[in-house]
Amino acid sequence: MSARANILRSSAAHAILIAYTILALYPVFLIVINSMKSRRAIFNDPLALPTRQSFDLVGFQTVLEQGNFLLYFQNSLIVTVASLFFALLFGAMAAFALAEYRFRGNLLMGLYLALGIMIPIRLGTVAILEMMVAANLVNTHWALILVYTANGLPLAVFILSEFMRQVSDDLKNAARIDGLSEYRIFFTIALPLVRPALATVAVFTMIPIWNDLWFPLILAPGESTKTLTLGSQIFLGQYVTNWNAVLAALTLAIFPVVVLYLIFSRQLIRGITRGAVK
Amino acid sequence: MSRSRATRRPIRWHIAVFLAPALIVYTAIMIIPLFGTLNLSLFTRGQGNTREFVGLANFVTLFTDPRWSGAFWNATWNNLWFFIIHMLVQNPIGIALAAILSSPRLRFAAFYRTAIFIPAILSFVIVGFVWRLILSPLWGVAPNMMDAIGLGNWFAPWLGQESSALTTLALISVWQFVGIPMMLIYAALLSIPDEVLEAAEMDGITGASQFWKIKLPLILPTIGIISILTFVGNFNAFDLIYVAQGALAGPNYSTDILGSFLFRTFFGFQLQLGDPHMGATVATVMFFIILAGVSLYLFGIQTRLRRYQF
Repeated sequence: MSARANILRSSAAHAILIAYTILALYPVFLIVINSMKSRRAIFNDPLALPTRQSFDLVGFQTVLEQGNFLLYFQNSLIVTVASLFFALLFGAMAAFALAEYRFRGNLLMGLYLALGIMIPIRLGTVAILEMMVAANLVNTHWALILVYTANGLPLAVFILSEFMRQVSDDLKNAARIDGLSEYRIFFTIALPLVRPALATVAVFTMIPIWNDLWFPLILAPGESTKTLTLGSQIFLGQYVTNWNAVLAALTLAIFPVVVLYLIFSRQLIRGITRGAVK
Repeated sequence: MSRSRATRRPIRWHIAVFLAPALIVYTAIMIIPLFGTLNLSLFTRGQGNTREFVGLANFVTLFTDPRWSGAFWNATWNNLWFFIIHMLVQNPIGIALAAILSSPRLRFAAFYRTAIFIPAILSFVIVGFVWRLILSPLWGVAPNMMDAIGLGNWFAPWLGQESSALTTLALISVWQFVGIPMMLIYAALLSIPDEVLEAAEMDGITGASQFWKIKLPLILPTIGIISILTFVGNFNAFDLIYVAQGALAGPNYSTDILGSFLFRTFFGFQLQLGDPHMGATVATVMFFIILAGVSLYLFGIQTRLRRYQF
């Protein structure tokens, strides 16, 4: 192949990728720049960057005054962190048991726990709501935490048991000879060694929990337990004619997720890449 | 577990301790409610607050009673169309982007990868509203941009028209999730060993024909996994419809899919009261649709795909 054809091909590749990157990012960019403009500028020249004349933060003011966003943010944080903690801890424990010990029903147990990867938990909503009502957990953080923990477990067990199998047997047997209990072996040897896998599972589990609308809407729609996703959905519905406020609320909702993503994107991409290779 | 018939060996309690928390939470919150929902669909509300066993009557009502069947079949066909758009648009674009990204010595590959994946991490609330604003004739961003490239006459309020709303929503969902097939295929392409590609080059198979003849057959299992993930995701989708069009899935139910239909049936809307038993019936039908899809994949497709070990 001639060098000229090579250059042609690589510039065609870049052209396609740049075009698609613009398609992926421009809508988001448009919302962010317009959130910082006055109402008149939003409508007169939506594609322009905010200038000194058109710069206006009135939308953010409305959002911060009218919405309970700090509370919603806190709720989302509590629910996400707690669900992640339990899903990872319980998932890692079960994965360790499945990978480490031979016992009757091991394979069956693994299959049973993996069922939930394919069958969405949403289909059980009717009975889940009945159960939460009976247990008096509606409009509490616990309702959401329990549901998300259960939902996160199958994938956590599935991925982590794969990694638990790779933890060196010599290391564990040396610890056993030193008289460490099985629990100590799990917490002090196995768990620290699968930390990269834990981080991957955490990122995978975190995004759907943070973004979920269905369960907050059904199990915890009360003002004190609204998550950020549900809160912004309701706020956007109420302020639908106040463009400044809507654009500002969207920008505020986009910001934390994108920042978190940029911090963890290498972890996430490495996780997907490794998971698929397997 | 080995407890009951464990001979000689002492009972290994720690195995039970390690398994118990996951098993209890998973069984109590996921498996039991799932079967509870399947069970609820066999009952109806009787006089007072009692539950009456009615067998499969709810399903007969759902499939044939004119008050229900019209809405149900409408939601099912819409959902199928939603899925078809994803298969025809999202996955081919994802494969094409991955193929370009994986070409050797491509600069900025990490940047493109990261950027194109960003919409997939945003919530439906954000995505639905962003596109509602952009496609709104009030704001005029979309018509202005189309004017600029000479397509101004083609603009229509797509989300507001019965004929185009569902397809528009499906394309918005494609826009959001194209990064996922892209990333999975990209990973699969990277895992093809260099020796295979070098051998192909020796035989004079390069460029596009190398992709079609060598790489594509090797990534077929990954494409299978992506298809089934898309299927499961589409057949329990709800959020995007709810955010962009409301629980009524307007205009005139043209964007109603099974998820939004389940929500309305369960909680009621306008004058109709919510009905947990019919809700459970809809959820059961969705369960069997998803189960059928997953089984078809596991037993019909996956076993026939040839896997290559390197």
